Amino acid sequence: MKTYILKRFVEAVGVCLAISMISFFLLFLNADPALLLLPPEVDTSDIALFKKQMGLDRPVVVQYVDFLGRVVLHGDFGNSFVASVPAVQLIRERFPATLMLALAALILTNLVAVPVGIIAAIRRYSFTDNIATFSVLVGQAMPIYWLGIMLIVIFGVWLKWLPVSGYGTWAHLVLPAATLSSWIIPVNMRLVRSGMLDVLTQDYIRTARAKGLIEARVLWKHAFKNAAIPLVTVMGMQFGLLLGGAVVTETVFSWPGLGRLAIESIRIGDYPVVQAIVVTFAACVVFGNLLADIVAAMIDPRIRLG
Amino acid sequence: MEDSGERSVLFLVLRKMWHLRMGVLGASILCILVSTALFTPYLAPHDPYRQNIVKRLLPPAWMEKGDSRHILGTDHLGRDLLSRIMHGSRISLIVGVSSVVLQIFLGVTMGLLAGYYGGKTDSVISFVVNVKMAFPFILLAISLVAVLGPSLQNIVIALGLTGWPVFTRVTRIETMKLREREFVLAAKSLGFAAARILVRHILPNILPSILVLATVEVARAIIRESLLSFLGLGIQPPTPSWGTMLAEGRDYLLMQWWLATFSGMAIFMAALGINLSGDALRDLMDPYLRKS
Repeated sequence: MKTYILKRFVEAVGVCLAISMISFFLLFLNADPALLLLPPEVDTSDIALFKKQMGLDRPVVVQYVDFLGRVVLHGDFGNSFVASVPAVQLIRERFPATLMLALAALILTNLVAVPVGIIAAIRRYSFTDNIATFSVLVGQAMPIYWLGIMLIVIFGVWLKWLPVSGYGTWAHLVLPAATLSSWIIPVNMRLVRSGMLDVLTQDYIRTARAKGLIEARVLWKHAFKNAAIPLVTVMGMQFGLLLGGAVVTETVFSWPGLGRLAIESIRIGDYPVVQAIVVTFAACVVFGNLLADIVAAMIDPRIRLG
Repeated sequence: MEDSGERSVLFLVLRKMWHLRMGVLGASILCILVSTALFTPYLAPHDPYRQNIVKRLLPPAWMEKGDSRHILGTDHLGRDLLSRIMHGSRISLIVGVSSVVLQIFLGVTMGLLAGYYGGKTDSVISFVVNVKMAFPFILLAISLVAVLGPSLQNIVIALGLTGWPVFTRVTRIETMKLREREFVLAAKSLGFAAARILVRHILPNILPSILVLATVEVARAIIRESLLSFLGLGIQPPTPSWGTMLAEGRDYLLMQWWLATFSGMAIFMAALGINLSGDALRDLMDPYLRKS
């Protein structure tokens, strides 16, 4: 188990490194900071001097190693070109909003997906089950930013129940979290359903029923706990998906998180910030997966001992 | 118990019919989509680029103040919404299909190599897949488009370069299973080159799974193209793309809700139709399901 975790950890670090490299080269190709930072009337010799001072005239590989050294040793991604503060500071300011949105969406997802999935499994081909199946189809075809816009029109503009954009109160969180979770609710629902269907035919469930346990206890303690293992693994992966989805959701709802910062920064070519965001996202994805695998191993002795 | 046995047969039949019905629905939507894309110049009631400031922001024909010549109303420049949506189907289909062709080419090649050779090749390719999976799609796609510049061709490239790992994963697993089968071993012992075994013996056997996956991926690529366009990094105005139209409609949500609603509806219906057809295709090709 320990060697397994260690191996996965090394691989996770490798993935983060590779991603920082790819994004560094992409951004190197993409934006010329000299053009961005200097006023348009400066002549070419000034630009050359500026590049020399900033170290931008060196080969891209040298620049990358330099960058990596600063990140690893000091946690320094460089200063934002636009805001003139360290990129890391911007990340620190914006990350809580994104984290809050992603966690709210994850909680909401399970509040909906788990009960509906269980009901769909025990009442197969019932109305609930058909609705669940149908929602999977709809969920796959629905662009989430369109859903967000439609929710704004219905609940914000027509009914005026909820604020359409902004940040601060619980009411502001409702529409973005609902939009973001709509993306993964169908997936989890189907997972709970098929997991429960598998488990419910097992002998130990019949035993539990035969010894006279009440049905709720059979379903929750004996069946769902076993059916939930793939759910834990998938949730680890979904945390990353949610961060990606947050980029879109934040844009639609003007949510002041990392996603919106990412889009703005890519547009204007503020690449220390982009770089820092990409690495932050990648680290969340990779270590989210790792954490989910460890948790799955902890709750399931078959994985732990096998 | 007998009773429940009969019931399950009845349910299987019912489910089959349900699937069939959804498949027919999907195929019909797909037919409408493809023929709209093909024949738009003849079908569309208006020129999608012609502006008419006097008639700007007209509501759909059935609403008060609607104009019967503009069934879905007009946008902020007075262009006919229905005509623009019809023209948008072309962009969506071209981008969807050609980016998935690129994804298949990249993904299947890597999957075949990883699954057939195993060992170091497999480790390297799996690492690349892991890197890709940890890189949020949207950030990679936006950076790529920002580097390459927003044009139809570059959007296809960006979506192709970001979507292939799904195909690698499926191909890799299937190839691993087939690698040990007798007909592959026989071909090997006859001394055929690896390329020939991969293309002539293994590829035809995994083609059905790839085809089914490809339909779902076309739908996803259409949604992603519209997303890039929505963020302003995809198809550029005035070219009618569903995502661009949605973004334009977003500025008029308070009063002119139909702009964003109908262009989004077009994306949703297209994706739904393709997905339903894909499901039906899978059921038709799966011999186990076909028998039951």
